[in-house]
Amino acid sequence: MKFAPLLIVLPLIAAPLCVLIRHRTIVRVLATATTWACLGIALHLLSLVGQLPVGETTLTYALGGWHPSVGIEYSIDALNAFVLVIVSMIAAVVLPVGPGTAADAIPKDKEYLFYTAFLLCLTGLMGITITGDAFNVFVFLEITSLSSYTLIALGKGRKALTAAFTYLIMGTIGGTFLLLGIGLMYQLTGSLNMAVIQEVLAGIDPTNKTKVVAFGFLFTGSAIKLAIFPLHQWLPNAYTHAPSTISAFLAATATKVSFYVMVRFSFFLFGSAYVFDYLQADRLLMPLAIAAIFVGSAAAIFQGDVKRLLAYSSIAQIGYMVLGFSLNSVTGLTGSIVHLFNHALMKGGLFLVVACVVHRIGSSQVQDWKGLGQRMPITMGAFVVGGLGLIGVPVTVGFVSKWYLVLGAIEQGRFVVAALVLIGSLLAVIYIWRIVETVFFQAPPEGSERCEAPLFMLLPTFILLGASIWFGIDTEMTAGFARAAAEIALPGVMP
Amino acid sequence: MSVDMAIAVSMLLPLCGAFIVLFSGRNANLRDSLMVLCTLVTFPVVLSLLPHVQAGARPGFELIEVFPGVPLAFEVEPLGMLYAIVASGLWIPTALYGIGYMRGHHEQNQTRFFACFALAIFAALGIAFSKNLLTLFFFYEILTFSTYPLVTHHGDEKAKKAGRVYMGNLIFTSVVFLLLAVLWTWQATGTLDFTPGGILAGHVSGGQGAVLLGLFAFGAGKAAMMPFHRWLPAAMVAPTPVSALLHAVAIVKAGVFTILKVVVYIFGIDFLAEGNLSLWLMYAASASILISSCIALTKDNLKARLAYSTISQLAYITLGAALATSTGVLGAGMHIAMHAVGKITLFFCAGALMVGAHKTEISDMDGIGRRMPFTMGAFFIGSMSIIGLPPFGGSWSKWYLALGAADGGNSLFVFVLMASSLLSIGYLMPVVARAFFFEPKPSSHHGEHGDDHGDHGDHGDHGDHGDHSEGVHEAPLLCVLPPCLTAVGCLLLFFYAGEIQALLAPIVAGG
Repeated sequence: MKFAPLLIVLPLIAAPLCVLIRHRTIVRVLATATTWACLGIALHLLSLVGQLPVGETTLTYALGGWHPSVGIEYSIDALNAFVLVIVSMIAAVVLPVGPGTAADAIPKDKEYLFYTAFLLCLTGLMGITITGDAFNVFVFLEITSLSSYTLIALGKGRKALTAAFTYLIMGTIGGTFLLLGIGLMYQLTGSLNMAVIQEVLAGIDPTNKTKVVAFGFLFTGSAIKLAIFPLHQWLPNAYTHAPSTISAFLAATATKVSFYVMVRFSFFLFGSAYVFDYLQADRLLMPLAIAAIFVGSAAAIFQGDVKRLLAYSSIAQIGYMVLGFSLNSVTGLTGSIVHLFNHALMKGGLFLVVACVVHRIGSSQVQDWKGLGQRMPITMGAFVVGGLGLIGVPVTVGFVSKWYLVLGAIEQGRFVVAALVLIGSLLAVIYIWRIVETVFFQAPPEGSERCEAPLFMLLPTFILLGASIWFGIDTEMTAGFARAAAEIALPGVMP
Repeated sequence: MSVDMAIAVSMLLPLCGAFIVLFSGRNANLRDSLMVLCTLVTFPVVLSLLPHVQAGARPGFELIEVFPGVPLAFEVEPLGMLYAIVASGLWIPTALYGIGYMRGHHEQNQTRFFACFALAIFAALGIAFSKNLLTLFFFYEILTFSTYPLVTHHGDEKAKKAGRVYMGNLIFTSVVFLLLAVLWTWQATGTLDFTPGGILAGHVSGGQGAVLLGLFAFGAGKAAMMPFHRWLPAAMVAPTPVSALLHAVAIVKAGVFTILKVVVYIFGIDFLAEGNLSLWLMYAASASILISSCIALTKDNLKARLAYSTISQLAYITLGAALATSTGVLGAGMHIAMHAVGKITLFFCAGALMVGAHKTEISDMDGIGRRMPFTMGAFFIGSMSIIGLPPFGGSWSKWYLALGAADGGNSLFVFVLMASSLLSIGYLMPVVARAFFFEPKPSSHHGEHGDDHGDHGDHGDHGDHGDHSEGVHEAPLLCVLPPCLTAVGCLLLFFYAGEIQALLAPIVAGG
């Protein structure tokens, strides 16, 4: 447990070091080593949580030795240990790819800024996840947001700037809402420590107006950051115009952490009884989730840019997560949490495939991908694997998520929801198959040659997509921790 | 080699075969010999399991627990044994035929083709040996995706469209119906294991059972029950060995096998019979039998006619399962083998006609029997078996199916079976009659032949086959030998039907 703060401290120190060193290779090695160390620590924490005796769920660490009521406390349970592993894993795999395609846009002597911003973003994401202090969440959220605006703006072309600006506006609104919510909670409970807030809030009458308003702000704030339909407008542009490696990193981590925040606030601080029995949030969330699945997938079908297609697919996938959340059952929430992990693998891998292609042919437009199956067979094979995952074909992780989500719906006798989820997943067949047909059935342009991506880009892609097969068969670790997390989130609700 | 290992080896062989084919792709002769070797080894390994199953053993092993309580596990029981023997046994002639056909036809991308073919066999064996619904579903989907590159082999616009229909139908039915049914079963019973006597009795009401049966029956889209049959005729654009794989070896059989297995081991025929849950399925299957037979009558393209014949024959099996009588189920099980051997003969012949004479339309085949007597002789035998005439295998399965229908007290379905036999005479015998008794049309190939098979570009000997119509002019040996072998198989099955019946008997005795 004593390593816990290092998870934040290491990247936080490495980031300014990058600015000081500036040498391309050294910075790259330093940043990579940092992310790998973080992954090691996160895995260590996860195993510690896994070894906790029955009845105990949380490990705590008082930062600087201050008493939690005054200082900041890190508290780690199955839920955030699992999310920490997701975030650090993706960072550790994606960062070595480097700015990749962004290299064209970033002058070589400015590359250190990419690593600096990346490490700061990582710091923020891990901070949000690990902390047990509500205000601390906001602080780290701002670190994440500011660094991710920078990262998105690194993308080629002017549209990256407008995309970053839109994200900045939406992100600031989301952040402000969160801050307002945290402020109201502080007014109600007199504490910023989540454990204390949870205790005090439970004693406050559900009809209390401040409590409702606080929840409303917190929920909407995290919903904007999560890009729940219809608050998703910022996401497609941001993912499309950011450098591909950044899209891979953000798509696989940022929304996951936002979802974590939503789960933490709703199920832990306010409690499922308040959110679902009193406020009946499921009545709003379930239709929105299903709408997200259908609108996101349907929009993905018509995109001409593969990155934008994947971005809309993300909106649909977020719909699946929210759906599991709204089922308010252990099985449903297990599905959501395991989908955080699974979707991170698939979407991270797919965006890396795009990075490989952009690196070689300089375009992520579907029409330029004609005949790529002949020119980059290995990369395109990887794309098919990732695509099959999004569809939810057995033997891939996508199937595992779908299994739990549909089972969660059937458990409650919601057969219509179950059928809608399954039908929604068929839309993924259409948008993935559109690419597959273009890539494999159309002739490559005249005079083009075979141009497989370099190994340093292929390897991370394979790691992520290979893992998406591995964890599609061996679900003991992923589904096990997801279930443990869901059981803590819903105490007293028996499966 | 222990029994459990034999199961694993029999599945690993085609899987490794796929990779061997991929890595030896540069040398076509080496690749093809290794593949044939692989088929020749796989079949005896599968056969080595047979004595154990006949002795009543149910060997199996568990690979990994995918979800708590639902492992990826394998177990060999009689029905799966039969399907595995059919799939791995017919892989041998199909591989030989494939070599002859693909070379005779100058097809591209043969390496990819044979690799995917081996993968499909791997998936079929996985389905055959699956111990629970999840394992079956896994391999069922692997089968769908591994056959997609086969169906779209030519890579042109037509193939792409057919691929869409193929994937669209199979993925839609399996994801929306089959997966939902699997999850529902798991939710209702807490187990997915195939258990003699069924697991659903007492867990779902009669109405729910009927709905669940519908989800399973239509979810197994590979069984091509109307209205989800469109993919089967669409897949005709693929090279003929693929049609053989689709119609006889693995794919459609995977569908009806799923239905049969679910009926026997998930519902239990007693549960179905008591509640009369499957009555609607009997009607649906009967409709599928009669309608598709009638459509077959109207088709002039030989492969299309055979495709609709398959849809009709598959519905026999579904009907046999739905009858929920022990003879019906036995007949359905036997029909998997009988139809497979009969239909593969017909498709081999259709392909030989394409390679040897460039004929695809039945109206062009007048007098073709004089040029290709072996091919058309095999076609005749295959037709007899499909129609159900002795002394060919198909007669036994039809006999049992009719008995099963009579047992259930539904004389209507006996009538359906008889009517459909008449219809199958109507759509198969004219082909034989034209081939042997009609005078060849002297210039028939000039008019229609050009646009009928634009899917292959081999018109090299365009001018000369009309002239040769008097002499014997068969397709290459590797295209003619396999149909002759399987035609002999049709005959042998008539005499060995008792063995199959004895193998399958335990599955209905336990329930």
